[in-house]
Amino acid sequence: MGSRFFKPLLVTFGSAVIISILLLPLQTFAAGKLVIVTSYPPDTTVTVGKAFTKATGIKVEMLKKKTTAGIKYLQATAKNNTSDMFWASAPDAFEVLKGDDLLQKYTVKVTGIPKKVGAFPINDPEGYYKGFAASGYGIMWNTRYLKAKKLPVPNSWAELERPVYHGHVGMSAPSRSGTTHLTVETLLQGKGWKDGWAMWKNIAGNFKTVTARSFGVPDGVNSGQFGVGIVIDFFGLSSKASGFPVDFVYPKVTTLVPANIAIVKNAPNPKSAAAFIEFLLSPGGQEVLLDPKIRRLPVNPKTYAKAPKGFPNPFEDASIGSAVKFDLQLSKSRYNVINSLFDVMITYRLDDLRAAVKAIQAAEAKQKGKSNAAASKLIAEARALVSMVPINEAKASENSFNKIFKKKRKKKKDKSTGRQAEFEQAWDTQIKANYAKAKGLAEKAASM
Amino acid sequence: MFPISGNNWPVVALALAIGLFLFVFLILPVVTVVFVAFQDPNTGSFTLINFVDFFNNSLFQESSLNSVYVAFMAVVVATIISLPLAYFTTRFNFRGAILIQTLGIVPLIMPPFVGAVAMLLLFGENGSVNLLLSEWLGITIPFMEGLNGVILVEAIHYFPFILINLSAALLNIDRAMEESAQNLGASGIRLFRRIVFPLAMPGYVAGASLVFLKVFDDLATPLLLNINNMLAPQAYLRITSIGISDPMGYVISVILVAFSLFSLWVSFLALKNKDYSTLQKGGGGLMRRDLKPWELVGCYFVIIFILFLVLSPHIGLALLSFGTIWSFSVFPDAFTLAHYADMFSSAGQYIWNTLLYAGLAALIDVILGIAIAYLVWRTGLVGRKWLDYVSMGAVAIPGVVLGIGYLRTFVEFNVPIVDKPLASWWVIIVIALAIRRLPYALRACVAALQQVSVTLEEAAENLGATKSRTVRRIVVPLMTGGILAGFITSFATAAVELSTTIMLVSAESDAPLAFGIYEYMQSAAGRGPGAALGIVAVLIVGIAAYISHLVINRTEKQRTSSGIRIAEQVGAT
Repeated sequence: MGSRFFKPLLVTFGSAVIISILLLPLQTFAAGKLVIVTSYPPDTTVTVGKAFTKATGIKVEMLKKKTTAGIKYLQATAKNNTSDMFWASAPDAFEVLKGDDLLQKYTVKVTGIPKKVGAFPINDPEGYYKGFAASGYGIMWNTRYLKAKKLPVPNSWAELERPVYHGHVGMSAPSRSGTTHLTVETLLQGKGWKDGWAMWKNIAGNFKTVTARSFGVPDGVNSGQFGVGIVIDFFGLSSKASGFPVDFVYPKVTTLVPANIAIVKNAPNPKSAAAFIEFLLSPGGQEVLLDPKIRRLPVNPKTYAKAPKGFPNPFEDASIGSAVKFDLQLSKSRYNVINSLFDVMITYRLDDLRAAVKAIQAAEAKQKGKSNAAASKLIAEARALVSMVPINEAKASENSFNKIFKKKRKKKKDKSTGRQAEFEQAWDTQIKANYAKAKGLAEKAASM
Repeated sequence: MFPISGNNWPVVALALAIGLFLFVFLILPVVTVVFVAFQDPNTGSFTLINFVDFFNNSLFQESSLNSVYVAFMAVVVATIISLPLAYFTTRFNFRGAILIQTLGIVPLIMPPFVGAVAMLLLFGENGSVNLLLSEWLGITIPFMEGLNGVILVEAIHYFPFILINLSAALLNIDRAMEESAQNLGASGIRLFRRIVFPLAMPGYVAGASLVFLKVFDDLATPLLLNINNMLAPQAYLRITSIGISDPMGYVISVILVAFSLFSLWVSFLALKNKDYSTLQKGGGGLMRRDLKPWELVGCYFVIIFILFLVLSPHIGLALLSFGTIWSFSVFPDAFTLAHYADMFSSAGQYIWNTLLYAGLAALIDVILGIAIAYLVWRTGLVGRKWLDYVSMGAVAIPGVVLGIGYLRTFVEFNVPIVDKPLASWWVIIVIALAIRRLPYALRACVAALQQVSVTLEEAAENLGATKSRTVRRIVVPLMTGGILAGFITSFATAAVELSTTIMLVSAESDAPLAFGIYEYMQSAAGRGPGAALGIVAVLIVGIAAYISHLVINRTEKQRTSSGIRIAEQVGAT
């Protein structure tokens, strides 16, 4: 090849290659580091990691993956595992890993951690993963945005259904974010299948967007792309602590669930991994969670004495997270079906849904104060069409039905009938028609 | 097509070596993943039912339409941006040319997802521009609403592909052609339409098809703008959220590949049977003329407007990196250097990794690009076109799919000396980047080679030069501009690539810049430091490109062939 042309490039990059090859033994030598696969941002991992290294002298390597990607990564590399720990929020993710036999049992030595937070057990009863912090779901808002658009401050889910919030609310999709899935499931369990879905659709009718990443929601609220977001507490609390003009509230129907950590099966450094869990649950480790950049609810009740004023304390304030008794088994039994339903009915049909809900809101505003029975009937019909769900609660949890939506066939000979794409297409056709019809009815009602 | 000399075993060996590389690192991983598309989800047997499901699904139909629409509109907008820039710089004598060549390439060297963040802050519904508009005029313009946002961000990000290739092509046109046309009485529009534009066609088509394909399978931008109803995001969302039992994500990947191959084939057809090469390389470039004062003002006005638009992601990012809190306001509340201090503690490793990975990947790319271009256009090797098709196919493989494929294929293959699975060794990132960016370098090399007349090679061979000597001393030097353009494009875009690396980074110490920025951007307090790291990324890539330009320039100072001028023009980043 053209030597005169390539010489300078070859020299530059050739030397780069040589230097990096020289550096390689060093990298291999440092392989004794504790490797943690985590879904947490550097604000959390770096702060906790530094405190841990300071306390124990053990070096940590954080491997950042989205929860779902982290599961896939551990599954893909299981045969030649190089990771020590998995550290993420959603208990469901740990259930999946536990089901695949990818976690190692561990018994904690630290004392002083209660059995439950809210209505939820802190640790896995079987001992595979441990809760280190509690998280609840709620509403955050941008104070400048609300002021500029003259919107009231919301403090319950029901308020987000009001027409005044149309186009101002943001949320992530349950299929994209484990924490959002818990929020959706909590409301369904708290309000019941039918009313729960009706409420989600009415709120979704006010959505500005459905974000693809769970952090997309606090990001959107922080930068003012939309005014109100449905988020996990620490997103709201840490945004506020970082100086953004935002605030956060727990609505009545919420659940507190533990954020977890577990040791991966066949971990290269099991002793260091155990030390990390012990550190995280020790008073010193729990205190790190109060750092303004992290702002998670510690599971050790004593740590709250050091919390800033106004910091929510679920061990004292019984109203947080106790209204719903979260049923993890129920949630697990329909996990993928809920994701699919939400995506078909809300995420991918957001424009149609918004149009229908907007028309209903307009019709209601027009008919307000009048007693037009025919119009009210049409509006009620339209509402029923919007809130319709293609399957009932029993079907959603049916084992054979869920298999179609299951993440993977465990064995080659596993069989199920029907295809997810087939069902989703049928649902989509029905939902699209319903939304269009509801819009028509509402417009008719408005013109009466 | 061209006569093959009897002794052509080195050519065959070269083709086989390249073929093997592509097979192992492109075809095999993709096939392991694509396999699922043809698998019955219930029984595991071979089936086409998944494709039936795809075409029956209204969401997927809508997504397909949206993807085509967005890709097409992005090409249109990118052409509108790059045409005046390319025309002014090659046609007129004025100092703004350097400004354009320098700043016109900067948009490429920023991860598109970072650009989207900045664009939202500036042009979003409650971004700076709309806040000002609604205050002054009571209106807002939906720049970033729905598909508009994707089109705008993509066009601004990828238009340099058209600009680079079009400028290189315009500069490479033989002045004699234009003079002949003028002597024969053509001028103005007619001259442009009949002579200049057709001669620049290979460059334009190369650039435009790259933009089309890139936008068609770009994932990060629509995701960041929360647009789900397009094919690439659908594939990604399916694969990452539903998983392997649902084959639709893989079906979409197959469709993406098929569609991209089809559009490439169409662009090949469009250029087929046309000889765009020019024989004489004495007077490269079109004639330049001086501008009249009022024309100069007009030119500057247009250029400054366009540059402001295309640099807005950088302006937004800079504001973000120096600002304290930027929320629902025209500008940040106050300015600070704290984000840079925060960021610098961890940036060193990211920067070194990025230079190493992107540099190696781009080097692999230009070598492969020259070799493949030569094999395809200058030899009669059976099946040679497939090297081109396969390499270009890489452009249509969503990064995530390639990443998953690599994880699956190479996790059990232990690299001897380092004793690590290949899938978690940093070299795999380099290979992934090289594969992902090969199409850029290849297109540039092909376009450059097409403009070198084969008669020059025949002349060299008639004078007794061997084939390899001809390639070394005649072909490659004449292709320098295109090669350099290819190297810089590959390097710059590899340096900001995220979708594959996000799957393949197995240790923080192996992470490149884009990965670091992405990580920072996932927390409220990390937005500022993330933006600061983004600015560093832009500077690094810009400086690296500039240095490589200087180095090459100095070594070749004595030479006076038109290749140097092209290098100067195209490489002046």
